[in-house]
Amino acid sequence: MIEVKNIKKSFGDKTVITDVSAVMKAGQCNLIIGTSGSGKTVLMKCMVGLFEPDSGEVLYQGENFTKMKGAEKTEIRKEIGMLFQGSALFDSLTVEQNVMFPLSMFTKDSFKKKLDRVNEVLNRVNIVDANKKFPSELSGGMKKRVALARAIVLNPKYLFCDEPNSGLDPQTSLVIDRLIKEITVEYNITTVINTHDMNSVMEIGNYILYMYKGNKEWEGNNKEIIFSKNERLNDFIFASEFLQDAKDMRMLEETGKISNDRNMDELLDKDAPVLIPPPDDK
Amino acid sequence: MFSKPENGKMYWKELIHQCTEIGFGSLGIVAIISVFIGAVSTIQTAYQLVSPLIPPSTIAQIVRDTVILEFAPTLVCIVLAGVAGSRIASELGNMRVSEQIDALEIMGINTKTYLILPKIVAALLMIPLLVVIAMALGIWGGRLAGVASGIISGSIYDKGLLEYFVPFNVIFALIKAYVFAFIISSVPAFYGYFVKGGALEIGRASTKAVVISCILILFADYILSALLLPT
Repeated sequence: MIEVKNIKKSFGDKTVITDVSAVMKAGQCNLIIGTSGSGKTVLMKCMVGLFEPDSGEVLYQGENFTKMKGAEKTEIRKEIGMLFQGSALFDSLTVEQNVMFPLSMFTKDSFKKKLDRVNEVLNRVNIVDANKKFPSELSGGMKKRVALARAIVLNPKYLFCDEPNSGLDPQTSLVIDRLIKEITVEYNITTVINTHDMNSVMEIGNYILYMYKGNKEWEGNNKEIIFSKNERLNDFIFASEFLQDAKDMRMLEETGKISNDRNMDELLDKDAPVLIPPPDDK
Repeated sequence: MFSKPENGKMYWKELIHQCTEIGFGSLGIVAIISVFIGAVSTIQTAYQLVSPLIPPSTIAQIVRDTVILEFAPTLVCIVLAGVAGSRIASELGNMRVSEQIDALEIMGINTKTYLILPKIVAALLMIPLLVVIAMALGIWGGRLAGVASGIISGSIYDKGLLEYFVPFNVIFALIKAYVFAFIISSVPAFYGYFVKGGALEIGRASTKAVVISCILILFADYILSALLLPT
């Protein structure tokens, strides 16, 4: 479990995070969502120690990470895996060497044992026959999966994912989301995901923290978010007409105004019967 | 800044990799420059020595001392600042921009120790070696040009090389090589490690690192000459 308590962070005169607190539990996907510039990445970097918060605390299993000195911090960091937005694979190393890197650095295992573990995690993320390829030879989705394999190779307790779906097509995004979800549950990891992909929010958001201009604006889960009354959150989630329509349809379903057998495909078909009653009828 | 390595084997591997990159990676250009500098020195010295009272072996002495004192350490290191320095700055800059350094930090690795220290140590080991090679090749290039153009015979050139030889000159050149090696590795490492922005900034950081390194090399050259050479 990770607890964030009253985190504040400024860069010069600009306050980026103003007093954010949250509790992120193990075995679930904890999502930080918000518009660009809302402070999600800075919050995540404060959590992993890449930025020092001006005030506040980050607690890993109750231990204050922000107060820790070098060696103690290193011990916690060994339990952290991170998937970066741009994958951050080492260009000069092959897929195999990239994934093996943390093992070589922090274990004294034999090469055979390390290779077995590398192949195990690569299989887990569905990467086959790519051990000897360099990152430049991989597609965006493959890079993310290799980076995910590298992040989990040491069996971390905490997994951080910074916009895991950026630059990926919806299908590949879904594959990555499901993979993260499965790994989180399988290894009981505390996973923190920074995203503004609404598909991810609905698919894997066990806990969702919505940030607006550096503040915690809303928190809840993927069931509650649809019916949230928070105007800013609604503006963010239902930015597209399609999702607004989807929400209206859910609302109508919930209130029994339309039958549940209608599906989303109908919303895409402009010639289909009008699902949402005109304003007068509401 | 630097701390105890997390895994000695990995650091050793990185050191060897950097030695290969800095040493063998620059060997070709160093060899070419050294041979031509020696050759040109012989021809130009011969051109300036018009008095029949000065023995031809003096050409070899002048070429030897010029190559050892100045050309091999200073000129070669200025070239290395461009070759190895820009490589160090752009490699670290690219790692910073593509979050590879952050990835290492998250793993709990001291990135300064892992990425910068092996580069500095490799430069301190390999650059003086390259300078020694440059000395030998420069003097040999001078001989080659002298014999080929008929300015001086091989035996007179060899005799001249042994006359009035001051061993301290080699020590002085090595002192310069160590100082320059530190500049060539640390200045680009600084600019590359702390780069902010994107590809454009990596290029700018790389250029800036090379320019600053060259200026510092020339400045250090002057200071060391003023301090260490008895005049």
